[in-house]
Amino acid sequence: MRLTCPLCGERDRREFYYYGAEDFLHRPGEGAPLSDWDNYLHLRDNPAGVTKDLWYHEAGCAQWLLVTRNTVTHEITGVELVAERAK
Amino acid sequence: MRYSGLKVITEGLFGNKGWTPAWRDPAPKAEYDVVIIGGGGHGLSTAYYLAKNHGITNVAVLEKGYLGGGNVGRNTTIVRANYFLPGNSEFYSHSLKLWEGLEADLNYNVMHSQRGLINLFHSDGQRDAFARRGNAMINQGDDAILLDREGVREHLPYLDFEQTRFPIYGGLLHPRGGSARHDAVAWGYARGADKRGVDLIQNCEVTGIDIENGVVRGVQTTRGAIRAKKVGIVVAGRSSQVAAMAGMRLPIESHVLQAFVTEGLKPVINHVVSFGMGHFYISQSDKGGLVFGGDLDFYASYAARGNLPMVEHVMEAGMTLMPMIGRAKVLRSWGGIMDMSPDGSPVIDKTHVDGLFLDCGWNYGGFKAVPASGWCMAHLMATGEPHEVARKFRLDRFATGHLLDEEGTGSQHNLH
Ligand SMILES: Cc1cc2nc3c(=O)[nH]c(=O)nc-3n(C[C@H](O)[C@H](O)[C@H](O)COP(=O)(O)OP(=O)(O)OC[C@H]3O[C@@H](n4cnc5c(N)ncnc54)[C@H](O)[C@@H]3O)c2cc1C
Ligand SMILES: [Zn+2]
Repeated sequence: MRLTCPLCGERDRREFYYYGAEDFLHRPGEGAPLSDWDNYLHLRDNPAGVTKDLWYHEAGCAQWLLVTRNTVTHEITGVELVAERAK
Repeated sequence: MRYSGLKVITEGLFGNKGWTPAWRDPAPKAEYDVVIIGGGGHGLSTAYYLAKNHGITNVAVLEKGYLGGGNVGRNTTIVRANYFLPGNSEFYSHSLKLWEGLEADLNYNVMHSQRGLINLFHSDGQRDAFARRGNAMINQGDDAILLDREGVREHLPYLDFEQTRFPIYGGLLHPRGGSARHDAVAWGYARGADKRGVDLIQNCEVTGIDIENGVVRGVQTTRGAIRAKKVGIVVAGRSSQVAAMAGMRLPIESHVLQAFVTEGLKPVINHVVSFGMGHFYISQSDKGGLVFGGDLDFYASYAARGNLPMVEHVMEAGMTLMPMIGRAKVLRSWGGIMDMSPDGSPVIDKTHVDGLFLDCGWNYGGFKAVPASGWCMAHLMATGEPHEVARKFRLDRFATGHLLDEEGTGSQHNLH
């Protein structure tokens, strides 16, 4: 498996740390009900197919990446910088 | 048909013509008292104990492929009761006791072999942690012996004790730990359930769950609709998909775990050995193959195969620990889809739908749990109350903060 980092180009999977599903980008706001925290921390769609998840380019540019990929075929169809997205 | 040594001999003498199929191949009926979705170890044992312990025999197990084709036939078969946390400890202790009587109970040879499990440690801090774990095991009524380095050497002379990165300080020996033949466990439970009247229906994928006014009514399948008073979801790596049919979003992420086996060798590794620092564990099967594995591939996956980095990592860890295995040739490697929970512990619970029950979140430790999981899931489905050794395996424990984080690694699915 190889990921194409928008900054570093195509790199081996070993350079990246997998964090988890895209849900981690949606941190509940202050005063949010407990169920929002449960959703954020624990509950997952966990699709068999296309998913978006967070990878950290640990041995490269140290950027967080939002990766679109297929959990059944391991095909990767998109890699975005989380930092760019937040803007 | 009862199996026995005498039966094997007489059948051998008369051309083995008297054997009959181990279970029937029935067509699904229109309605059952209980439908179990998933014909893996846990689904089959649930059906078996529903019939045996609770007299509920109008039961179907619906399996989308063939019985035992999932993780129950893909795992590396370590059976142990060396858990630490209250909640886990009593459950796995109960499971090990069931294992010890399983072959007699099922009249089936599952090759349960209590050859002893040794978890190695590599620092003073780890020794303390293992001493504490050993005490917890003894308090639970199970067995544990703390070995120093020389004690480990007596059992495992072939390890590289001097390796510079993780010198071996000792190990925790769990004499009643060991392994079993995975397929045989599925087959034994299948045969036992079938004999008590349970319908085992293969090539039958559940595609929908029928719910009316918050009460389960049955399931839709590739072989038609089947009505049921109670339904149990017992589908391991596919838990999220099946639960979604009932409108649920589970605390589960599916990950791939790889395993490897070498060509058959003469007996050389007599125990189950785990090397936590290197994420490596190994045992030798009765056929002689070295069966070993390591950690998850670490990313969510439904591909029943992994990637090269973990293959490399596992081989390196194995070579670090026991260089002698470098001479053996790897025959096969494969992957299974693990239903990882955020705290590494399972769920056996009711759901928000009346009559719909859930058994999932086994991570990579669900083989040893097959007997107790079935026992407790059957108890829950039959009586409506959690079994006392499984009462902490609640689905709402994530929302309420009552995590059972055995490894203390935090609430992230791939960290257990
Ligand atoms: C490589 C590897 C090593 C492991 N090592 C160990 C170990 O050493 N010790 C240990 O204790 N555990 C181990 N495990 C974990 C253990 O194998 C699993 O936790 C356990 O087998 C899961 O429960 P099961 O047997 O019921 O799952 P499965 O056998 O996967 O059963 C689930 C069944 O549900 C069926 N299903 C799914 N969706 C549907 C549907 N819609 N309709 C009908 N049927 C459906 C599937 O086809 C499957 O047969 C390991 C796992 C792997 C992959
Ligand atoms: Zn980069």
